[in-house]
Amino acid sequence: MSQFDPAFLRGLTRPRLARSGAGGPARRDVLRLMGAAGAGLALSACGVKGQGGKEKVSRSDVEKYWAGKAKSGRLNWANWPGYMQDDRETIKAFEKETGVKVTYKEVIQEMGPWFGKIQAPLAAGQSIGFDLMVMTNGIQLEQCRQLGYLAPLDLSKLPNFQANAGPSFKNPSYDPGNAFTIPYESGVTGIAYNTKYVKDEITSIAQLFDPKYKGKVGMMGDSQELGNFGMFLLGIDPEKSTKADWEKAAAKLREQRDKGIVRKYYSQDYVDAVSKGDVWMTMAWSGDVYSLTSPDVKFVVPREGGTIWTDNLCIPKTAENPVDALTLMNWLYVPENNAPLTEFINYMPPIPATQKLIAQKAEQAGGDDKRDLTRLSTSPLIFPSQADLARLRHYRRLTQAEETEYQKIFEPISKGS
Amino acid sequence: MGGVRGRLAPYLMILPGGLWLAAFFLVPLVLMVSLSLQTGNLIDGFQQTLHWQNYTDGLSTYGDKFVRSLWYGLLATVACIALAYPAAYWIAFRGGRAKSTYLFLLLLPYFVSFILRTVSWKLVLTDNGPILGPLRDHGVLPEDFHVLDTGVAVVSGLAYNFLPFMVLPIYVALERIDPRVVEAAYDLYASRAQAFLRVILPLSLPGVFAGVIMTFVPVSSDYVNAEVLGGPQNTMIGNVIQTEYFNNSAYPTASALSFALMAILLVGIFAYARTLGTQDVLEAAGR
Repeated sequence: MSQFDPAFLRGLTRPRLARSGAGGPARRDVLRLMGAAGAGLALSACGVKGQGGKEKVSRSDVEKYWAGKAKSGRLNWANWPGYMQDDRETIKAFEKETGVKVTYKEVIQEMGPWFGKIQAPLAAGQSIGFDLMVMTNGIQLEQCRQLGYLAPLDLSKLPNFQANAGPSFKNPSYDPGNAFTIPYESGVTGIAYNTKYVKDEITSIAQLFDPKYKGKVGMMGDSQELGNFGMFLLGIDPEKSTKADWEKAAAKLREQRDKGIVRKYYSQDYVDAVSKGDVWMTMAWSGDVYSLTSPDVKFVVPREGGTIWTDNLCIPKTAENPVDALTLMNWLYVPENNAPLTEFINYMPPIPATQKLIAQKAEQAGGDDKRDLTRLSTSPLIFPSQADLARLRHYRRLTQAEETEYQKIFEPISKGS
Repeated sequence: MGGVRGRLAPYLMILPGGLWLAAFFLVPLVLMVSLSLQTGNLIDGFQQTLHWQNYTDGLSTYGDKFVRSLWYGLLATVACIALAYPAAYWIAFRGGRAKSTYLFLLLLPYFVSFILRTVSWKLVLTDNGPILGPLRDHGVLPEDFHVLDTGVAVVSGLAYNFLPFMVLPIYVALERIDPRVVEAAYDLYASRAQAFLRVILPLSLPGVFAGVIMTFVPVSSDYVNAEVLGGPQNTMIGNVIQTEYFNNSAYPTASALSFALMAILLVGIFAYARTLGTQDVLEAAGR
């Protein structure tokens, strides 16, 4: 057998073979065959079925879902980075107490891409490999709810949530009756600035639009976060905004970008940028700034308002160990179990009683620990006052049609169009 | 005997590759074209409505991103040639016995994940990083000078990330040149420059051609570099497609943009082949 001649392969791509005849397949025939197959496919590929309309759950839906589901002793948990102690202390305590073995992965970086990742398997009714995930209220959570991707929660199995959750964390507008979610942590979107570079006191969103800080301002790329700040600037409450408001806000934000004030639209990486001084001030999430290593960075809830958001525990409908997930959700709502988590995460816990626990611990502690714990238990970022809370606004719930409009208006801004 | 087999044999030989192409190229492509003409959303479903407006809307909103992607692609490709040709030349003709070691060293960074390398670039280029920080502190650079979040950072990131795809084909082409041909040029009183320009360069052009195709296409459709290293004025079309697909679930728009990008790149490559005097792109690339 002679050596294989690559010229043969190349020959296939040239007309020579077609002309040589002798009954061999002409390249064109092959292409024609493929074309026919393609046309058939194109016909069969018309349309993708919608999956909406499962938003309302009744008691029987809940019973039907949980019927026959039993504890398996295993649990796969998908969470955001920085949402668990580095030594996994809370998970170890849970494992010890309940005997459930937890596989914990920090796989969620941003809501959009996470939804993109889980959408296909959930639509096909397949497991996504996780029994519990933490999703922020907003467009993607709304879609998961409406598409029926989430398991309806059996609240009778969550007595600790009923007893210990703060009133503002129950029955939220984005999930009436806590049908699918219960909060994990909440936080505020405000402004972080580096006092090494910014000499003025920052109090207002208008300062993010000040040409004085040309090229030194960071904004968030997420269209809801970005849009909210544009609306705050104009004195519009995002929750009650209309399409005309969005367009006005978008025009302001576009002007800010075109004047070169915005250096970059960030997702998670603004923390690094503002502490290193790549940007001098930026939109930021409260807990990120609280736990920043750089002491120069300060966080403020702007005068015009800030957004409060909630990251929620929820169970994908296709979870393999939903009972264990529910067990963990309930367990986390014991204040003693939750306090160590809050000490690490530095966001707002949904359980008000943790504040007292942390204050008590601060009294008993000494030295650096005492200082840190006191700072935590008295921090308005972690336990905001009623006045602070009153200034905070929620994301607007968007219907599917509104969402398309909304994205069309705000998405191109961070994309430079 | 062998009549049927003789006639079927070529088909049978095409079969594995043909099936591969059909399953992993043709089917997705057809689905993508179909999707690009649909309307709807995730909740209500998507219907085939032959909505050509997906293309016109996409192109009119993001036309400048296409132009920028091609422009960045071109700049990065030229930068790659400028960096790769001398390196490949030196290794091929002066590398001696250590040729493969040099190649290996050149490829070493590429054993690290693409994302990690891009983020490392970011650390190098950051305002107060190891290069720019000291320069600014000593007053060499103005106070508000920065590289990160500019087009320069994106193009340099692209060139850095795709360099091996240019080095390898050029190296292979140079390596294959018969040294006797070059000697013959000297025997015929060619100067070093003449020998290079009239013998070595033309013989190595197919390598450059293959390199250009292998870098220009992925570079123009890349989105990681613009995401990590660029600012709001450096978005490439890949970023738009990624956001439309994953963040907004706007599958028709994303498909229309992807298909338009593919068409533009194909037209570009064939135009490039034409101007280079190559009739058959695949032949030139495979040489």
